[in-house]
Order: sequence, then structure tokens, then C-alpha cells
Amino acid sequence: MTETPAVAEAIETTKVSSHLHPEGSFRVEDHPVPTGREEIWRFTPLKRLRGLHQETALTGDTDTPVVTAPDGVVAELLGADNAVKGTSGFVPNDRISARAWEAAARTLSLRIPTEAVVEEPIVVTLTGTGTEDASATHAVVTAEPHSKATVVFRFEGSMTLADNVEIVVGDGAQLTVVNIDDWADDAVHVGHRHAQVGRDATFRHVDVTFGGDVVRHDTTAEYAGPGGSVEMLGLYFADAGQHIEHRLFVDHNAPNTESNVVYKGALQGEGAHTVWVGNVLIRKVAEGIETYEENRNLVLTDGCQADSVPNLEIETGEIAGAGHASATGRFDDEQLFYLRSRGVEENEARRLVVHGFFNDLIRRIQVPALEEELVATVEAELAKNVLKAF
Amino acid sequence: MSTLEIKDLHVSVATEDGDKEILKGVTLTIKDGETHAIMGPNGSGKSTLAYSIAGHPKYTVTGGSVTLDGEDVLAMSVDERARAGLFLAMQYPVEVPGVSVSNFLRTAKTAVDGEAPKLRTWVKDVNSTLERLDLDASFSQRSVNEGFSGGEKKRHEIAQLELLDPKVAVLDETDSGLDIDALKIVSEGVNRFREQEGKGVLLITHYTRILRYITPDYVHVFVNGRIAEEGGPDLADQLEAEGYDKYVKAGV
Repeated sequence: MTETPAVAEAIETTKVSSHLHPEGSFRVEDHPVPTGREEIWRFTPLKRLRGLHQETALTGDTDTPVVTAPDGVVAELLGADNAVKGTSGFVPNDRISARAWEAAARTLSLRIPTEAVVEEPIVVTLTGTGTEDASATHAVVTAEPHSKATVVFRFEGSMTLADNVEIVVGDGAQLTVVNIDDWADDAVHVGHRHAQVGRDATFRHVDVTFGGDVVRHDTTAEYAGPGGSVEMLGLYFADAGQHIEHRLFVDHNAPNTESNVVYKGALQGEGAHTVWVGNVLIRKVAEGIETYEENRNLVLTDGCQADSVPNLEIETGEIAGAGHASATGRFDDEQLFYLRSRGVEENEARRLVVHGFFNDLIRRIQVPALEEELVATVEAELAKNVLKAF
Repeated sequence: MSTLEIKDLHVSVATEDGDKEILKGVTLTIKDGETHAIMGPNGSGKSTLAYSIAGHPKYTVTGGSVTLDGEDVLAMSVDERARAGLFLAMQYPVEVPGVSVSNFLRTAKTAVDGEAPKLRTWVKDVNSTLERLDLDASFSQRSVNEGFSGGEKKRHEIAQLELLDPKVAVLDETDSGLDIDALKIVSEGVNRFREQEGKGVLLITHYTRILRYITPDYVHVFVNGRIAEEGGPDLADQLEAEGYDKYVKAGV
């Protein structure tokens, strides 16, 4: 038996085992087919995944995404064996991400060169044309040191998709990645996003989920040095029968790092189900960090279910701050009364309250073109149900 | 013209021990251009009267009537009452996160008038109203009541009163929690409203202080869900000197 000096234990940063962030593996066979009883699968309707978690071949003809890249950005469709794959340190943490890793025939690489400042967003649009054959894709976004850019991934149409997106934010870089799931009603999308955030880098992830039958996103971030900052914003709207699940993990593995997570969702219609699991790990080495996570759900009609589970694992107390909040509620009667007492009709009052609920978040996205679009999309979602129901 | 007529109003509220009657027969008429002050101790039912007139769902009217210019107010929904010309300045204005003051004011004005206000004059009206209430221009970009100080909330209520321009305003303890400067600013706003032709005001207050700035035509002492005494402005001075004790004792 070897003796480990106490001081060595105190500064270890390698392994903290927990069901919240299972050890990853590239080998599919290391990830048994889930039964639905596992902690990480217990909320997900496996039967509706069209076999993504089992053996279904991921050989669907992946329509080539349409990439709009401003000058100065290098966008390439590379082979699966290109060395850029894996540069974020991502290791598949469940069977679906391992299968997608193995099956993706190509790697879409978006590279923002060192010190490049790209004002216009880089837009990647993937439009599905059918759900019969399941597909797998892989993308790597690399923001080289001190660059600044915004990347938008937009998903539309009908598809059964498992994808992995790696994000490497170089030292001092500022990167915003926006993910918009604007699928048709029959799409199934299980996606993994992993970001490695460099020293003094700023990474903002915005996840907007409106469409699809089942959408499950694992979004994870870790730091490659001290001083990095991560903001994760999420906005989702689940309609009747829709399952939208977000699983987040921020690994504070470096000192003086920050993370701020805010996800807001609305649910309407029978069987609308949302899941939010927000995990934060503060490792022993991560002194001086600050983290806050928040999830709010607005239940607009009967028959909806919102699950919300914040988790915080703290290995050191030498931090600036750590907290979380979760709240799920219906319309606030006092808010409605206040608005109506000013002459505003009930439906209009409800619309205002929901707008306000999301506007708070939309204002923080800081991508003007997107803000207008999101306000309009919220409006369209409301028109489907809220205004009819009363 | 505008006349708010309250007749033998009975109101109860649901509690754990069953329904509890709060208003036990209130009769009060506010005629064209009159200002009535309602004064009373805590728990006498003053705020219940205000909320019942506005139609808050927590309160159940079990008897009596409320009419505005002959129209049955109790048959109207909350928003219909506002569009008919009633306004309630609330003691505890509610936060509406993410909805800006400017959006809120425009939406309310459009609802009350039945058409959108003319953009150019509206912006001017809003800015000058806010300025008179000592609220700076950035105020209209803030979320409704969110992070407002107590004084800002009350001044925002009075800004709404002036901009929405109702027939009858019910002010529920608008003076509570205000320092003397804010009290003066708020009172000036109420007085500007009263100076217009035919506006009625029902001023509910716990303290006589605000009556030094807003002179009522009538003062009513409210105790145990009823009006215990009525008089002119001098009744307020008497209350200031003697308090509510004699009415409370008589009420028991």
C-alpha cells in the first residue's frame, strides 16, 4: 500500500465520482443499453427515441448543413478522423453520444482565427427531410485566442438525430454559441454540447428549444485555465405531448472561474413535459469561483409536468459564492389582477406576463437579430394555446 | 359627470375557518367632483372596500350594490371596471418582471381608450408626467415595479392615474411609507387630477398627514366593516387629536 501525503490529497483535482457526471468512454460497448431506471435516463421517454439509445443504425443520409460564414472564419467539412475531433476534451458520457461519435461520417469544423473579431453571426442550418433513418453528426467550433464571434446552430424540419458539438474557447476569446431547436413536431434530437473554456475566456451558450417530439440536450463545460467565465441561458416552450430535457454540467476545475446558468420554460397542453437538471461541481482546486444556477417554469395549462433538479457538489469552501434556485408556478393571480385593473383584458394580461417572463432572458442574449426573432416565436407559441384556452 | 354609488355593500373573504364577513353594509356616494377620505384603524376593512370596488377575486360580494353613473360595477370584470372609468392606486403595487413601464403604460392606455394613443403626443405626455413625479426618463425602461423603492412604486401609481385619466380614483393608503417630499409630490399629482372637471376621489388612509395636502370634501370613519361617523374636513382634525379609540370601543 502506498501512502499518500495529506497535502497531495488536498490538491488532487482528477477524480470525483458521482452519478451526476458518469465517467465517459469512447467505446459504445462501455455504455449498456439504458433501461430507463438509471438516474440519467429516468425522466426520458426511451420508447420515443426511435432506438437512438439501442442499436438503430445511425446511417441516415445527413443532409449537408448550410453554413453562412462571414469573411475571416474557416468553415470546413472534414473527415471523421481529422485531428480537430476531440480537441475540446469531450468524452462521450452516455450511449447515445458514444454511438454518435462513432457513427458521424464527417466533422464540421468552424474556426475563428486568433484575434479575429467577427461581427456577423456564423449560421449553420440543418434541415431534416424525414425521420425514418436516424443520423449522427459531429461539429467542432474553435475560437482561437482573443477572437470574438457568435455561432448559431439552427435545426429545422423532420429528423431523428444524435449529434455532438465540441466547443473550444481559446485564452481570452469571447464566444457565443446559440442553439435553436425549431424542429417540426415529429423530430427526435438527442444532442451533446461540450465546451472547454480557456484562461480569461468568456463563453456564452444560448439554448432555445421550441419544436420536436423529444429533445434532450446535455450541455457541459469545463475550464482549461483560471479566470474563465461561462453563461448558459436557456429558453424552452413545450406544447402538448412534447418532451424537452436539458441536462447541464459545469465542472469548476480551475480557480477564479465563473458560471451563471439561467433556464426559463413555459409549458402548455396535455402531456407537455420538461426536465431541467443543473449540475455544478466545484473541485478542490477551484478556489475563488462563483456559480449560480436558476430554473424557472411557467405552467400555463393543466396536464403539464415540469421537473427541475439543481445539484451542487462542493469540494472546497474557499469560494466567492455558490447558489441555485428553482421555481415552477402558474400565472400569478396578483400580476393578472394588477394588469387587468388597468383595463388590460385577461388574455392580453396573460400574454404580457409570459412575454415579460421570457423577455428578462431574451434581453441577456445580446444578439439583436435573434432577440426580435425570439420575441416573435414566443408570440406564435402563445397564439397556439394560451389565448385560446381562456 | 361621474357618480360612484355604494349601497349596503357586504363582502366576505374565504378563510380556513370558513367565510368571514369583512364589510358589513357600507353605503357611500361620491358625487361629481367630490373627494372623500376614509379613515380607520388597521383591520377595519378599508382595503377590502378598495379591492372590492376594483373586483379582486379574493373578495366575494354577498350583498348590496356598486354603480358608476348608474352602471352595475359588480357585474363587470376587473378590466371592464377600469375601462368604465375606475382606477385603484394600490397599497402594494405588483411586480411584473420583463414588462417595461413604457410598454405597460401604452398597453393600459390603449385598453382604457379603446385605441392606441397618438405616438408623438403620448411620448411627450408620459415624459412630462414622469418628470412632474420626479421619476427620471430611464424609469420607463425598467420592469414594472421591479426593484422600485416604496416611493417609486407610489409615484408610478400616480403617474398611471394621471395618464389613464379615469372618472373615479380609489387611492388605497397611497401615503403609507412615503417620506414628506414624496408625500408632497404624490399629493400634487392627486390634486392635478382633482382639478379637472367632475373627477371623483376616494382616499383611503390610516393617517391624517396626507389630508394636509389633499383637502377632502367629506371624511368617513371606518370601523369594523362599517362607516361609524361622517363629517367634513374638521373630523380629520378631531381624529388626529383623539384617535380611533372611541369608535373602536363603540364598535365592540
